[in-house]
Amino acid sequence: MTRPDRKRPTRRSVIAGGGSIVVSFALLSQAFAQEGEVQGAAPPQPKPKLPGSLADDPLLDAWIRIDADGAISVFTGKAELGQGVKTAILQIAAEELEVDPTAIRLVTADTGQTPNEGYTAGSQSIQNSGTTIRHAAAQVRELLIGQAAARWQIPADQLRAENGKVIRSDGQALDYGSLVSTEIMHVEARPQSRLKAPGSFRIMGKPMKRVDIPAKVTGTPIYVQDMRLPGMVHARVVRPPRPGATLTALDPSAVERLPGVVAVVRNGSFLAVVAEREFQAIQAMRLLETAAQWSEGTKFPNPSEFIQSLKTRPAQQGVVAERGQPGAASAQSFQATFTRPYQIHGSIGPSCAVALLESGTTRIWSHTQGVFPDRAAIAEMLGVPAEQVHVVHVEGSGCYGHNGADDAAADAALIAQAVPGRPVRLQWMREQEHVWEPYGPAMLTEVRASLDQSGRIAEWNYDLWSNTHSTRPGPAGSLIAAQSLPAAFKAPPAKLSISPSGNGDRNAVPLYTIPNMRVIWHFLPEMPLRVSALRALGAYANVFAIESAMDELALMANADPVEFRLRHMDDPRGRAVIEAAADGFGWSRDRLPDGRGRGFAFARYKNLAAYLAIALEIEVERETGRCRILRVVAAIDSGEIVNPDGIRNQTEGGIIQAASWTLYETVTFDESGITSTDWSSYPIMRFGSVPESIDVKIVERPGEPFLGTGEAAQGPTPAAIANAIRHATGRRLYDIPFRAEKVKAAIGV
Amino acid sequence: MTLLRIVLGLVFILAIGTAAFIGYAWHSRLDPIDPPAKASLDAKLLARGAELAAIGNCNVCHTAPNGEAFAGGLGIPTPFGTIYSTNITPDLETGIGRWSEEAFSRAMRKGVDREGRHLYPAFPYDHFTLVSDEDNRAIYAFLMTRKSVSAKSPANQLPFPFNVRMLLAGWKALFFREGPYLPENGRPAEWNRGRYLAEGLGHCGACHTPRNRLGAEIPDQHFAGAEIENWTAYAINSGSPAPLPWDVESLASYLRHGWHDRHGVSRGPMAPVTANLGAASEADVKAIAAYVAEVMGRPSKERLAQSEAALAAARQEREAAPLRRTGETGNGPGEAIFVSACQGCHDGRRPPPFGGLNLHLSTAVNAPNAQNIINVTLYGLPAAKGEPSAMMPAYRGVLNENQLVALLDYMRERFSKQPAWTDTRERVSSTLRGERRVPVYRMDGTTHAPPETSMRTAPWP
Amino acid sequence: MAVTLTVNGRTQQVEADPETPLLYVLRDHLELNGAKYGCGIGQCGSCTVMVDGEAVLSCVTPVLLLEGRRVTTVEGLGTLEKPGPMQQAFIEEQAAQCGYCIPGMMMRAQALLQADPSADEATIRAHLEPNLCRCGTHMRIIKAVMRAGEIMRHNPQSGGAS
Repeated sequence: MTRPDRKRPTRRSVIAGGGSIVVSFALLSQAFAQEGEVQGAAPPQPKPKLPGSLADDPLLDAWIRIDADGAISVFTGKAELGQGVKTAILQIAAEELEVDPTAIRLVTADTGQTPNEGYTAGSQSIQNSGTTIRHAAAQVRELLIGQAAARWQIPADQLRAENGKVIRSDGQALDYGSLVSTEIMHVEARPQSRLKAPGSFRIMGKPMKRVDIPAKVTGTPIYVQDMRLPGMVHARVVRPPRPGATLTALDPSAVERLPGVVAVVRNGSFLAVVAEREFQAIQAMRLLETAAQWSEGTKFPNPSEFIQSLKTRPAQQGVVAERGQPGAASAQSFQATFTRPYQIHGSIGPSCAVALLESGTTRIWSHTQGVFPDRAAIAEMLGVPAEQVHVVHVEGSGCYGHNGADDAAADAALIAQAVPGRPVRLQWMREQEHVWEPYGPAMLTEVRASLDQSGRIAEWNYDLWSNTHSTRPGPAGSLIAAQSLPAAFKAPPAKLSISPSGNGDRNAVPLYTIPNMRVIWHFLPEMPLRVSALRALGAYANVFAIESAMDELALMANADPVEFRLRHMDDPRGRAVIEAAADGFGWSRDRLPDGRGRGFAFARYKNLAAYLAIALEIEVERETGRCRILRVVAAIDSGEIVNPDGIRNQTEGGIIQAASWTLYETVTFDESGITSTDWSSYPIMRFGSVPESIDVKIVERPGEPFLGTGEAAQGPTPAAIANAIRHATGRRLYDIPFRAEKVKAAIGV
Repeated sequence: MTLLRIVLGLVFILAIGTAAFIGYAWHSRLDPIDPPAKASLDAKLLARGAELAAIGNCNVCHTAPNGEAFAGGLGIPTPFGTIYSTNITPDLETGIGRWSEEAFSRAMRKGVDREGRHLYPAFPYDHFTLVSDEDNRAIYAFLMTRKSVSAKSPANQLPFPFNVRMLLAGWKALFFREGPYLPENGRPAEWNRGRYLAEGLGHCGACHTPRNRLGAEIPDQHFAGAEIENWTAYAINSGSPAPLPWDVESLASYLRHGWHDRHGVSRGPMAPVTANLGAASEADVKAIAAYVAEVMGRPSKERLAQSEAALAAARQEREAAPLRRTGETGNGPGEAIFVSACQGCHDGRRPPPFGGLNLHLSTAVNAPNAQNIINVTLYGLPAAKGEPSAMMPAYRGVLNENQLVALLDYMRERFSKQPAWTDTRERVSSTLRGERRVPVYRMDGTTHAPPETSMRTAPWP
Repeated sequence: MAVTLTVNGRTQQVEADPETPLLYVLRDHLELNGAKYGCGIGQCGSCTVMVDGEAVLSCVTPVLLLEGRRVTTVEGLGTLEKPGPMQQAFIEEQAAQCGYCIPGMMMRAQALLQADPSADEATIRAHLEPNLCRCGTHMRIIKAVMRAGEIMRHNPQSGGAS
């Protein structure tokens, strides 16, 4: 499927400085589809003409409320995951509303209060919610100006909004509180908004300090783990040794007699214990583990050759992209297979939720990325209407995709049914998070590409083998708790779905100009290990393969890796980040000292979101194969910037996280189950291995739409590392992770 | 007159003796050469050299903390002063780039450098002398193809007369027997191979055999154990304190992987050894294990019975209901500390390498002193870089002196049949005060930052 | 059973099993949020606090060891209204993404800077090894600790914590 055709927008007629922009979003494409569509759904229909999420919630006061006393509330369906979205949305709203950010109370993801914006995922928050709130705020501002104009009988264009007031030329002012009324706010948004021009920004585009950091560094309660409600009790679940195992025998008597234990909860194979004090709950859990007997459960596959075996498993073919003719004449060709193992999210804080059943309603406080979908799934699990379940997002530690949060919320909800009236704080243990969180799927990819006589890519064939990358609730059957009930909900079968935003096929189509191309997703419906969305989804493995192949093709064409990419990059914004990264890094072909190499990579996340290019220098210890990243320079184009520091923070973080995945990380298992159950058996990057420096350069694009940023670094980073190792040692690595032993084996003596 | 004659005679004898000594001690200077090109060397030879260098642990002494491999500069304190390891990369000015194979083999066989100067036995040529010519050739080829590093090692800090290298000839006369290794007839090939490796390149005795006042290993205390860098290198002869006797399989597995689920994990200076042996040939490591097991000897009936008892006690704790609660048995503060701070990992429910060893199986608890447990408890086992490894948190700052002493005495009493340790408090307090400096190694063999210089304890017994 | 603890300068009695790890007493009994549960087995450092000025993993420190000893948590370094030098530095450098690991980092860094006020970058990196960060905030954490060192060196009184 080719990219949707987009008319050059009317924003080109920007009035510089002091004017405002009228933006028409008449031709919104499927680009803004929600990430993580429920499995089996048809590809999303083109949205109506309202921008962002206004299409689903067109009433302005769903997003912005102003009270008679002037208090402003802004509602977003998105959640703060540590990516700074609360701050960014405050900046956007404050900018268009012409108030100070401190004047706004921001309410995030709450099934009782905010619009349903699906999941906070796919780097969509600013693109969707940010865009929505920007438009809504701009329209509210204009409505207030209109009200003042009517009241003063002065034309609206002689009035301006500033600091929470509408002001006329003689200085008289009316504050928002006195202008507001339900009638004017309870209206549908219009397709066009008078947005402020970038030249006039007070807050957007500035590195406003994050509003959540002061609480986080002073121990002020802010995480769901910090919640303390009156009468709260502590709970722990006991999970079987393997998924699919059922509880065959249980003698809870000794556990029930332990000090502080309030209840042992058993519901089919769902097993948990509740106690007054947290440590009592932990000790009770340990005893309860020994008091339970389980059936065999699902058998795990043989780990050796497992990833290679992906190619032989039953698959459905999905054509991701097709253009031109196969079999073009070629001067030289390249072929390689790349692999990526199961990898974990590895949230530092294991998942946690608080739930309370009171007056027939189950209220749940959770760090789930999707309060509405999780609520629907939990309601289905409990067999109650959705209105009787209320889910509020409270921050947890970084989730990086679908981790245990949704399941912890379900666990807490189920336990709360057993102790009505008492808030239940359910905390997963470290081993439970490592074993039961859904993993990033193992993938195998193949590149077959060829060059023509002029050193350009003539043909590109790409095949990827992967499960679905999203099993988010969804239906109740996605939840471990629901699967453990006597009338067990079944996990829904995974369905192949090709959409622009991509799933396992995300970024499987190179952005380069290639005349003949075929990209196929061999969709594997069977999931012997539980999998779901891990930051960037398929982009991590796909860009790793594509950008590794680009370097090999460049070598074949006797071209510099950067120049070779530019040779095929017609998108000027792609060219700009490639050049910025190369220049910023000081890219050259000079010789490096023994054991050092430089590597480059580029991708536009989803081919729709932010553009990112990265250059890095690596040192490979010849005797051990240990790799040390020395310096990194990345360039990113995120469109209109809301908070430049937020962009830098997320990009630095994405680079380090992806570097850790690439150098070290793989889930391990044997036939008895998962064996990577803690940080000793699943090591991640520690300070001793962190790069010496990371420099993120932002390419500024005032007036352009926001582009999703949080996951942009995950794809290019592994390729840049592989390319640098290739440069340093003459050897290319195809199989992530690049642990020292593997690198050493490739280098030899 | 007679007195004058006697004096003259003595002077004459002294002069002859000195000349004889110098004649004995003097070695020729071997000519410098141009180093061989890597392409000219056989790949198999290089691979063999790599394996042998792993057994010889060359990189451990010849690499400074955070320094480049083989570039020297590690300070090794001895009772005689600090000796710095040399640069053995093929650098032409500061390394051994100009050494011929003959010069290298001579250094290994005789403990003499290319210029003809005697080397200090901190370079364990009393072991390396056993290495065969063929193996020296492979190691030479390996070293000459390493990355060249320009690095001049610091000058040794040795007071007079220890800085007079020629006097080492006297030491050699007393304590050094030149090789190469001569196989013992009537013994299996694997045993000879194991002995050749363990006594030669492996230089196990350099740590595991006590030394006399002049720093030489004491022959009739072969493998009887010693203290190195404030870590105890256990006896690996028949006096091995391991509750479960080692055999060939367990030793081989431990040496290659750095852990064994019935013995524990290697730590301290042994961690780099097992990290290196992971890269050696499996057959060679098995041979070393076979030899050492033979030195340890067959366990007596009594020892076997004790070993069964230890296993049974460990199994019972693993299978019993978890966690004896403090205060239940009223065995004092040490027990309360153990149950609350240690037992959670050390009940054996999750065995090494990713869980704690049940201490009924612990060698450390049965060692002559508590130093190793003190070290591990205070400094932990830090994570390897990017590889799965055993890990243990550091309890320095958690346990104060009294608490650590109480804990150690309790552990000795509960898990060992040996008499109580007598020097626990002195060791705890001197370690806490930093008087006993303890290097801490990661399981991948790298030193844990902040980097500590490797050291031998002084004085040797 | 009653255990006496001195935390952030305040001595108090806590009704807790003496073998309870300090982490749960801090969070569950004393309602202090800084020290976090990350793994409970001393591998990640989220629970790091200071005891008598030394960085310690509170998840493996049973309270029975703490009679008469001084515990400091991040709450003892300053408040929202009046953040201490370490907290100021982390805010200045915006050294947090999800922020979950940050109090542990701060306590380990505080112990280091109190012992070695002019610790350089290499020493800081080495000392932070026991603490994990999954968001990849490492570069900013290092900058923040260096900044904290600067602030503390310029105002020697401000840096110390009980």
